[in-house]
Amino acid sequence: MSQNVFPVGRLRLRHLLGIEGLSAEEITLLLDLSESYVEQNRARGGKSSLLRGRTIINLFFENSTRTRTSFELAGKRLGGDVVNMSAEVSSIKKGETLMDTAVTMNAMLPDVLIVRHPDSGAVKLLSEKVDCAVINAGDGTHEHPTQALLDALAIRRHKKRLQGLLVAICGDILHSRVARSNIHLLATMGARVRVVGPPTLMPTAIARMGVEVFHDMRKGLEGVDIVMMLRLQTERMQGNFVPSVREYFRHYGLDYEKLSVAKPDALIMHPGPMNRGVEIDSEVADDVDRSLIREQVEMGVAVRMACLDLLTRNLVSNTGGAT
Amino acid sequence: MRYPDGVVPAKTPGGRGGPPVAYVNARLLDPASNLDTLGGMVVRSGQVAEIGAHLAAAGALAAAGPAGIETIDCAGMCLAPGLVDMRVQLREPGEEHKETISTASEAAAVGGVTTMVALPNTRPAIDDAALVESVARLARETSLVRVHTYAAVTRGLNGKEMTEFGLLAAAGALGFTDATHAVADPQLLRRALSYARTFGKAIIQHPEEPILSRGAMNEGELSTRLGIPGSPAMAEIIQIERDIRIAELTGGRLHFSNVTTAQGLAAIRNAKARGLHITCDTAPHYFALNEMALSDYRTFAKVSPPLRSEDDRRAVIEALKDGTIDAIASDHSPHDQDSKRLPLAQAAFGTVGLETLLPIVLELVHNKQLGLLAALAKVTSAPASLLGLKEGRLAKGLAADFVVFDPAAPWKIEAKSLQSKSKNSAFDDRLVQGRVLRTVAAGIPIHIAS
Repeated sequence: MSQNVFPVGRLRLRHLLGIEGLSAEEITLLLDLSESYVEQNRARGGKSSLLRGRTIINLFFENSTRTRTSFELAGKRLGGDVVNMSAEVSSIKKGETLMDTAVTMNAMLPDVLIVRHPDSGAVKLLSEKVDCAVINAGDGTHEHPTQALLDALAIRRHKKRLQGLLVAICGDILHSRVARSNIHLLATMGARVRVVGPPTLMPTAIARMGVEVFHDMRKGLEGVDIVMMLRLQTERMQGNFVPSVREYFRHYGLDYEKLSVAKPDALIMHPGPMNRGVEIDSEVADDVDRSLIREQVEMGVAVRMACLDLLTRNLVSNTGGAT
Repeated sequence: MRYPDGVVPAKTPGGRGGPPVAYVNARLLDPASNLDTLGGMVVRSGQVAEIGAHLAAAGALAAAGPAGIETIDCAGMCLAPGLVDMRVQLREPGEEHKETISTASEAAAVGGVTTMVALPNTRPAIDDAALVESVARLARETSLVRVHTYAAVTRGLNGKEMTEFGLLAAAGALGFTDATHAVADPQLLRRALSYARTFGKAIIQHPEEPILSRGAMNEGELSTRLGIPGSPAMAEIIQIERDIRIAELTGGRLHFSNVTTAQGLAAIRNAKARGLHITCDTAPHYFALNEMALSDYRTFAKVSPPLRSEDDRRAVIEALKDGTIDAIASDHSPHDQDSKRLPLAQAAFGTVGLETLLPIVLELVHNKQLGLLAALAKVTSAPASLLGLKEGRLAKGLAADFVVFDPAAPWKIEAKSLQSKSKNSAFDDRLVQGRVLRTVAAGIPIHIAS
């Protein structure tokens, strides 16, 4: 039996653990479906019944309000039952190991587990122990696939394409899972990616991921279509990565002066939450003509609906299962 | 040493006080004397009584020895000194849920290892003469193979206050090491090297600068992709280069364990050429695996120093060939499931290795990188002479510690089938060639392959 034959309109995967390894066709499928959910949400069409009877558990080992809420809304709009578990209220704080938690969660027979964890690779490890679909909502400094998908959707809606665009990802690349997922996605879709930031916040081998590296923001932003700012992950800082916030803002904070070298119609993005006055100037962030930041949040719900939709199509528990 | 269950040495051919036994029709391999010949060996009372090509056939034996001697036909298989593993973590005392001296010795027996040298990083650390003696007593009572131990350089491995080298050496410590951590303080290392010299002992140094090596894997493209903090190869090179200079200052003997990088090895090669007393070893995973073993966040391949790039792996093989690397140690580091089934950054460092040492070393022979005698020397006579041990040789009058193995037999390493109490093998599922048929310690068979 051939392994390559797969029904149209399906992902080849049981889990969404990262963008790395997804094909351009799969990414396009996810984005197209997300697009239809954007329209459905805007039309305020009410609750769908697609995921009626499905149980979705939001399992967050790291604080998050927006991503968790976005997944929760996505699940509810599709008619699923969504339960939130966070490290504070669960037994993880009582010393239960990740593997124990996986086994416990699995025994509750959820259909989808949405997991965020502070350690790279932890979501994959957990996915090996459960029977349901797992969506990575961010693991350490590895990947955050739904963020990259929502970023791509926002870009595609404005620029009508991803192919051939010049995108600069700026700031703390070292600690950013958003950067890694975006690099994989944009490269797969044929965009050119630059990373811009101080060398101390750049992984040593980042150029091997197929990006151009810039340490001078005025050069890095030259002629770009998209400026993607990253949060300066101050909570992850343990050493002398940058000497001070004011020095960081001077060299790597996005303001109109630095933006002036980008294309005149360049758009500005930020995964949030923003540190105003650290990596981005307030005026730029709030510029309605150029900032996609608010729209990114809206796209987030649609993308997560598409992910839930596609992954539940592949569930082994489906009657006449797909896999 | 204890005997295997039910064995009475006086009634066991080859055992102390027992009848003699002859191993005939064997390919005798003794790296120390450069012996590689078809022959035989007579074992009497735990010692080698006679060895040589003239004993190849049972018939020749009848002429040479007493009538009615029991003979074991080795069917042309290799008979070599039992392996001397100069770097083993025993976990006893303190972490008996991971390994004990007894279980490690059973793993050693299966792997053809007849001498283990233990690292002092137990709980408590081996930093006092009484503890050296207690390990020796435990080994006498529970181990199937010979056990020696290193002692800590600093009390409790704290990196600050030196231990009593003189008393520890007198109690039997073979050398001094802070085990999996380098002695970082240069002044302390200088004094330790000078002081150890008085007792003719080496300082055995983990080759990584501690602050630069806080990552969970080799720093490079894969660590970047996986989002895992890396330890750069330079952390090793810096430590080795600095320590060579300190050794030069003192004239002391310095041995680096687990060397993994091309440039670290180049520094050692250069130091040897300048006549300094510098030696080193590596472990099988550093020439048989590279960092790609960690893709998919495989924690069983998380070791310290980390698995390096393919270029470094090849450089380790070159250094084994040209003699820059003196010896190979298994670096046996048992860990239970709870320490390994964790996200990569949190998982413990180390792989078990006693049972896979011989087949992985034989890969060097099958790949035509080393001759059979040269490969065996790295795990027998070379580590023994580095540590001043009599083991690791086959010669009349020495203890009959040896291994009979089939160098070509193919098998698959399966972690779950290992004897060691912990199953964390970086080589799980690897196809290898070379199987131990029989391991003999002090004349007594302690492992016979089924």
